[in-house]
This record gives sequence, structure tokens and C-alpha cells, in this order.
Amino acid sequence: MSSELPTWKEIPIAGTILEPGNSVKYKTGDWRTFRPVIDQEKCVRCLFCWAYCPDAAVKIVEKPYRTQSGREYQFSVEIDYDYCKGCGICANECPAKAIQMVEEVK
Amino acid sequence: MMPEVRWRRLPLNANYAVAHAVKDSDVDVVAAYPITPQTTVVEKISEFIANGELDAEMIHVESEHSALSACVGASAAGARVFTATAAQGLELMHEILHIASGLRLPIVMTIATRALSAPISIWCDYSDVMNARDASWVTMFVSSAQEAYDSVIQAFKIAEHPDVLLPVMVAYDGFIMSHTYEPVLVAEDPAPIREFIPKRRDRIVLDPEKPVTMGPIAMPEWYYEIKYQQVEAMKNAYRVVKETIDEFAKRFGRRYPVVETYRLEDAEIGILTYGAIYGTLREAIDIMRSKGMKVGAIKLRLWRPFPYEEVLQAIKHLKLLIVADRAISYGARIAGPVALEIMSLLLYESERPEVMSVVIGIGQRTVTEEDFEQIAKLGAKWLEEKRIPRETIYWGVRGVTYA
Amino acid sequence: MPERYYKSLRDLPKEEYLASGHRLCAGCAAGTIIRHLLKVAGPNTIVVTATGCLEVATTPYPLTAWRVPWIHVAFENAASVASGVEAAIKALQRKGLIDPSKRINIIAIGGDGGTYDIGFQALSGMLERGHKVMYLLYDNEAYMNTGIQRSGGTPQFAWTTTTPAGRVWKGKHQPKKPISDIVAAHRIPYVATANPAYVLDMVNKFRRALEVEGPSFVHVIQPCPTGWRFDPSKSIEIAKLATETGMWINWELDHGEFRVTVPVPKRKHVKHYIRAQGRFRHLTDEDIEKIQEYINKEVERINKLVGKEVIGPLAE
Repeated sequence: MSSELPTWKEIPIAGTILEPGNSVKYKTGDWRTFRPVIDQEKCVRCLFCWAYCPDAAVKIVEKPYRTQSGREYQFSVEIDYDYCKGCGICANECPAKAIQMVEEVK
Repeated sequence: MMPEVRWRRLPLNANYAVAHAVKDSDVDVVAAYPITPQTTVVEKISEFIANGELDAEMIHVESEHSALSACVGASAAGARVFTATAAQGLELMHEILHIASGLRLPIVMTIATRALSAPISIWCDYSDVMNARDASWVTMFVSSAQEAYDSVIQAFKIAEHPDVLLPVMVAYDGFIMSHTYEPVLVAEDPAPIREFIPKRRDRIVLDPEKPVTMGPIAMPEWYYEIKYQQVEAMKNAYRVVKETIDEFAKRFGRRYPVVETYRLEDAEIGILTYGAIYGTLREAIDIMRSKGMKVGAIKLRLWRPFPYEEVLQAIKHLKLLIVADRAISYGARIAGPVALEIMSLLLYESERPEVMSVVIGIGQRTVTEEDFEQIAKLGAKWLEEKRIPRETIYWGVRGVTYA
Repeated sequence: MPERYYKSLRDLPKEEYLASGHRLCAGCAAGTIIRHLLKVAGPNTIVVTATGCLEVATTPYPLTAWRVPWIHVAFENAASVASGVEAAIKALQRKGLIDPSKRINIIAIGGDGGTYDIGFQALSGMLERGHKVMYLLYDNEAYMNTGIQRSGGTPQFAWTTTTPAGRVWKGKHQPKKPISDIVAAHRIPYVATANPAYVLDMVNKFRRALEVEGPSFVHVIQPCPTGWRFDPSKSIEIAKLATETGMWINWELDHGEFRVTVPVPKRKHVKHYIRAQGRFRHLTDEDIEKIQEYINKEVERINKLVGKEVIGPLAE
């Protein structure tokens, strides 16, 4: 394994990391045992889940949505399962009870 | 053809000489805390800034730990930085010494060397700087105020060299040099000095235009390679120090070799030391020579990286090398740090002098020409009797005698 | 009321400068706090972080979660390093070596260990010298990075691995050190306490802290599922309870003017906060009453300071 890693010459000086935010290469979605599932019908787009998420794993996406009762939203809120650790803060804080924690099955 | 440099001859102690060098090097940030016998360096730099002679930020930190920490921050942000300390201050910095070098920051620091507590002593020896041996700082010992001035300027050139990027420490005797005045040539106009050490913009710094992460956590599969880079940087520093000495000599006419010798060519016994005491040693050599003794002197100017080639070259013809150290490695059979270093080098040489380790001048115990003469005579006697001591001689301690 | 730069969550920048993929525990509110700090600060920012959970979890070589320039030096010196960064930027801008027109935020971040305890001297020095640095304290009330040891920020009676609950001990003996009051005594332009459950209050304080000339300090409570012993989904709920019970009061001191920014008209009994966490499991109702008394006194002191009842009486 170690032979595939860069040599001392190839590593930038002092181990300084030159690529900002490259932690995205590490998918923390594996940590999850329960996954949050957003019910777009119930979601009121309050953004609490987006604001509270410690992992920036709740995304505001430009997907207009029209509920069955006719309410129109310019955007939707989605979970980024690559990074969501399944902590459940979003579901716990959702004032509309629009997020369910569903057990992961592998 | 470069314009001729005009010099001003000023009566300065080593502390003031250093302050002049800092000013002439156009340092951007100084962070320092007062400690005897370094204090007047910081006072003089403050004066230069207060009078507009140096445009720099002075951070009046609340401790030496913060002094070096602030230097790390400032250097990481791309500034040319300087600090100075001694003894307890250097000890308090110790943690950050390793981080400054580990982050590869070209910080320059001067040390007015001083004995360590306890008992508390404000007087000179080299136990403070010797304790910093393994911190991966390029380390120089200088012997005059002029050399201190010139070495600080050289230090910036060495530290900032892209093949080095290590911090540099310039050490000189507390009180013996920090508080005694000598005539020193300082640049009339700092421009030629600043041209000699132009501000480089080629290293990685904290810059919002190019965000980097400095000082991450390195797991076992990464740490070793990153530390090995420092091993290579030190090797490069050995070359760059010598190149800088040559360039400096060419430009400014003053040369300080990594190892200096005096009347050594035909000597049978050589005495090696460092710092201000080298002056006393040279006087002693003249006295001994006048009495027909075949003795010579060696001054070690560069401590890290250790100039093994030059040291071996200088000492290989000797019958006896006496290493006069000014620090004690307690519990070691050979307790002089430089003696120990040289003995390890000689292990690989088939032709080698006998080595005698002597500790002198601890806590600024006076060392005279007479002391060196007696040590040399004792060494000559023991050499003839083939009984060079296998452990360090503690010269000048009441209650300890040698015959 | 505090300056309202952000009136709703929709006003917050969408950019993320703390990238996903960091390794903070699931439910760690430090992620929430730092995300918002960086949203407010934006890209023209340099961050110094003390040793701690945040530092370790965000920068395991060769990966970093930071999208702004970032440096870690040691545990006790984030404030000193930030002082150096600030001085360097000042000097380099004055000398024209970097763009003098650019305003660069300098932020130092420390946990409770790195702020209350080992880093306190460096912090005090930085405040006294008046560096234009914002210091963020994320307070999870113990040395979580080394495995939940007591710090000066640990509240009284909390279990930690070095203040275990046993036949003789009932968790930590001493109350929490009033760090923000001590910082305020330095008479710096801006000091605030904040809570990630009250995001808008928190981000407005971050913005103000970055705006003032001179040092600023924002102290944020950071519930820690691992060390406080609760389910990760409860981080924000517990943070909210801290304020609803008066255990944590959100205030600011802006150029000497003191305000409670999140008034609590009716206070919940502290047992709701205490009983939600495993670290207080060993406490009897009697012990909890002692904490309640302590809070009552603190609430009285705060109300007196404000000159009216901003934190109301116990209601449930």
C-alpha cells in the first residue's frame, strides 16, 4: 500500500495541502445507519435542515416544486447522501415533520 | 559592477549590532519579549520603528511562547520576521521551535546565550542554545558584534532560500558580547543590504487568492516523509550557508567560514571552541606559541547543519583535539555537545586525533588565557602518557582537580 | 436589538467554505457553527485554529475541509499566531507587498481547552494589544479531542473521564469559569455569546464581530453528542434547551452596550436540560436544584445588568 503513496519529494513542502476543500473526496455517507428522507409535499422550505446540518449535506437545489394543494416553490431541498452522516438533526428540527429517518439496508 | 558600499563605523554591542541588521534587512514583523541579556535588541528595534527608521509591525507579546507563535503566524502570512531571546525564553519557545521548522518558515532569531535555571543565572553559557539542537533550525555561533550584524543579514538569505526554507538562529555570548562595545561597520544606506536579500514571493503563504491548509494532522503513513523533507533541507542548508558566505564576502568584503582556524597548520594540539571565548583562545595560542608549544585554535561557526567536512579537514592532522564546550549533557560520559558530535564523526576515520572533552565557562565562570594554557599542558602530558581521559573534564569546579 | 444583517435564513450566503467530508462526529454542532462563521466571513479570510476536535477532524492529511487559507500551530497559541498573521497583513499592505485595499478577516478559533485553559494567556495578550482579530470559542465543555476530560469550561456536576461520578465525587466540583465576562473585562469592542440553535442571532453576531475595529470574541455553546452523552439528532434541541432554561444566555456587549439578544419570557426548569444528557445522569433532583439556584442567581444578575426582566421567571 505504502508504495502507491507519494514520496517525500512529491509531497508539497511541510505537508501543506494545496487543494482547498478536497475533503469532498472522502465520502462520509458510509457512516450512516439511518437516512433522512424529505417529503417534498410536506416540506415548507424553511431551511432549518439546511442551516443546522453540520456537514453541509442538505442542498438547496433549483428545482421548482408544486404541491398537490397547489403551493408553488421556486426551489427544493435535498439530502446529499454522499456526505450525510445520518445524525438526524434535520429530522429532529423539521417544524413540518417532513423528514423521516429510514433505516439503511445493505 | 555593483556600487561600492559605504560603511559607518559605530561603537555597538552585539545586541545593537543585531538591531541594526534587522533594520537594514527591512524586516516586516518583530515579535519579542524582554529577557536579560537580550533585552536591548528589542529596545533598539523599537527605537528604530518609533523613529520611522524601520517600517515594521512590533508585536509586544506577553511571553516568548507567543513571540515565536506570532512569528510563525506572520511568516506564514508572508512577512519577513525576526525575534530574539535567551535562556528561559528559548526554553518557553521550545515547542514552537519545532513547529516553525516543521512548517518550513524562514524566521530569523538571535540568542544572547545564557545559562539555564536553576539556580537562576542571568550570565552566559551555551546550555540554552544547545538544548535547541534537534529543533531543525540552522544554527550559527558568532564571535564578534560585526559578525553578529553580518550573520543576521546572511541568516535571512539562508532561511528564505527556496532549497532551505528553515528558520535560522544566530547565537552569541550573553553579556560578554551582548553588553560589550566594539567598533562595527554598518551600512550607511541600507539599500545594498536589501538588494543582497531581496524579498522573495516564491514560497507558499496564507493568501486568500490561493487558499492552502498549513499544519494538518499527518497519520503514520505521511508524517515520516514530511519530516524527511527537513533532513534534505538541512543538507541543502549546508551548501547554501557556504554559498551565502562566499556571496557576502564578494559583495561586502567580510568572510566568516563555517570553521575558522588559527595557527593550526603545523599544530599538534588543537583547541576547538565557539562564541566570544574564541578571542581568548587565540590570545592563549599566541602565548603558548611564544613558549614553543605547537598549538592552534579552531572556531566552530556553524552548528546545524554540522560542517563535518570542514571540521575533519581542519583536525585530521592533529595528535590531540581538545573541545572546549560551554554546556553540559548531564549523565553523558562525554558531556560536551560539540565534543560528542566530533567523536561520532571520527569513528569513521582511520587516521584520527585523540579527543579530549572539556567543559568550561558554565554560568559565565571566567575563562582566561591561563586556563587554556593549563588545559593544553594537561592534554599534552596525558597524550604522552597515553591516558587521555575517557570522560569529560569539568574545568574550574572547586573541589575537582585533575593531574 | 442587535444589528440585523441577516433577517431570514434565506439571506445567508449559499457558498460553503467548510467542505463536506470532514470527520467531525455525526451531529457535532461544531460543523454547524463553523459553516456559518465562514459563510459570513467569505473568501477573504485567514483562519487560525488551535489544536482540538475541529482541527483534527477537518485536516487529516492529505485532505482538508477548509476552502479559506488555514493554519494550525499548537494548542495554546491560536491568539498569538493570529496576532502575527494580522501584523503581517498590516505590514505587507502598508509596504504595498500585497493589495492594500483588500479587507482580510483574521479569525482565530479555539475550543474550551484552548481558550479557558491552556490558551488563556495568549488570548489575553491578543486582546490587550488590540489586534483586529475575531476569536471564536466553540465550547463543548470538556477536552473532547483527547476523550472527554474536564476543562475550565466544564459545568459543575458534569461527568467527564477525569471528574467521574463515584461514591465521593459527583462529577466536576467547580462551576464553569465565566470566560466571556473575563474577556469583556478587557474592554474590547465586541463580545458576544451565541447558540447554534439560534442561527440568525449567531450569524448576525459573527458579522458584527468581523466588522468592528479591534479584537472581538464570540463564545458559542457547542453540544457534543459524544461527550455529553445524547443522541446525535438532539444537538440542536439540547442547545435550544440550554437557552430556554437560562443555562446559556445569548448576549452581546457592543462597545460597552450590553444586550440580551434572545430574551426568554418564560424559563423552563433546568432539569429539562440536565435530564436530556448522560453526563448528568448521576445527579439527584436535589443536585439539580443546586444548579437551578445557580441559574436563578445568574438570571437575576443579567436582568439587573440589562435593567429589565429579559429572562423571565421559571414557568415549567
